[in-house]
Amino acid sequence: MFDDRSPIYQQVAERIKEDILSGALREGDQVMSTNQYAAFYRINPATAAKGFHELVQEGILHKRRGIGMFVSPDARERLLRERRARFFADLVDPMLAQARLLGISTAEIIRYIRENRGNK
Amino acid sequence: MTHPRADRRAAPAVEIDRLTVRYGRTTALDGLGLHLDGGRIYGLIGRNGSGKTTLLSVLAAFRRPTSGAVRVAGEDPFENERLTGDICLVGEGGHVLSERIERVFALARDLRPRWDDGYARRLADRFEVPLHRTPRQLSRGQRSAVACILGLASRAPLTMFDESYLGMDAPARYAFYEELLNDYTAHPRTVIISTHLVEEFAGLFEEVIMIHRGRLVVHDGADALRARGATLTGPAEQVQRAAAGLTTLRERQLGGIREVTVYGPLDEQRRRAAQAAGVHVEPVPLQDLFVHLTAGDGDRTLAEVRR
Repeated sequence: MFDDRSPIYQQVAERIKEDILSGALREGDQVMSTNQYAAFYRINPATAAKGFHELVQEGILHKRRGIGMFVSPDARERLLRERRARFFADLVDPMLAQARLLGISTAEIIRYIRENRGNK
Repeated sequence: MTHPRADRRAAPAVEIDRLTVRYGRTTALDGLGLHLDGGRIYGLIGRNGSGKTTLLSVLAAFRRPTSGAVRVAGEDPFENERLTGDICLVGEGGHVLSERIERVFALARDLRPRWDDGYARRLADRFEVPLHRTPRQLSRGQRSAVACILGLASRAPLTMFDESYLGMDAPARYAFYEELLNDYTAHPRTVIISTHLVEEFAGLFEEVIMIHRGRLVVHDGADALRARGATLTGPAEQVQRAAAGLTTLRERQLGGIREVTVYGPLDEQRRRAAQAAGVHVEPVPLQDLFVHLTAGDGDRTLAEVRR
């Protein structure tokens, strides 16, 4: 569920993005209404609406008047592109910083990845 | 389709102006000022004895202010017949009514123009409250549930729950949250929920009001507050630099390691600079923010926070 350590509307948006990336929500799928979503997760409807609104602004979701909100046709592709761009900065750079601190060489890291890639 | 926004705006706004309430030599509320837009769910947060119940009692016209004023939908609620049916305050359900629950519901029906009897009975069923019993014959949890049912089924444009959940166990509280959100969506109104259990309730609130010793500490969006605090931990000198100029809520030091909790906007640039200098930056959960902002000796901080 949602925690109190960051704005809930951001957590709502993030969670829907994860669902799109994982395939739980597919392009063209209708998403829950913000009121349904709020009641389901026991959060304030205005907060849920703000999270959904963010995704509409980003083009991840789109509204169809009087029907509801849907996952945009290119949503998954756009999220993948966005995540790929952040992958090195968010995950690899901190890992390398930690490795440097521990005296693990880049060559060791590369060898580890090569040897274990097939098993994962 | 319904238009919740239009409905939302029809719910009463609440205006509180320099409100002071004294009981003998005790000052329960000390010049409190607040403006609440209609149609939102507010969390009224404060420690025991902070003035929450007094504030709600004044809004419900149970009590007259010593000085200052309150307005509900633009009118003074005190001895105001037009407003009485529109304002509903329920407490913990500890009232010693000797009437059977179905009779309590009938009284509410007479008093509350928007009372929904079918809904009240469905709620009684869900919360397992036997209608033929009197409150005295119920468990503490069931009495709390009766209070929550009265608050929900009254559909009063201004509905206030004063720690009504206290006797309920977790499944009953969750059921209450669900019912509140569903019914609020279908019938928008202004809702104020007082609590000192921040963690579990906070998701329900659109805005949070924190009071301490009868004064306003903070009134802001719940999500805005979630983004507001940060705890900086690391080498003392670097932490000191990162926290410079920010309002400090708490400081601790152990050897060369310093931990400072700050309140206020920690912009991205400052955050990155701190992290690059080896300072850990962590968010402050709402519950902890509440603890820091309402610590007993918090008056200096309060002045700075309110500035």
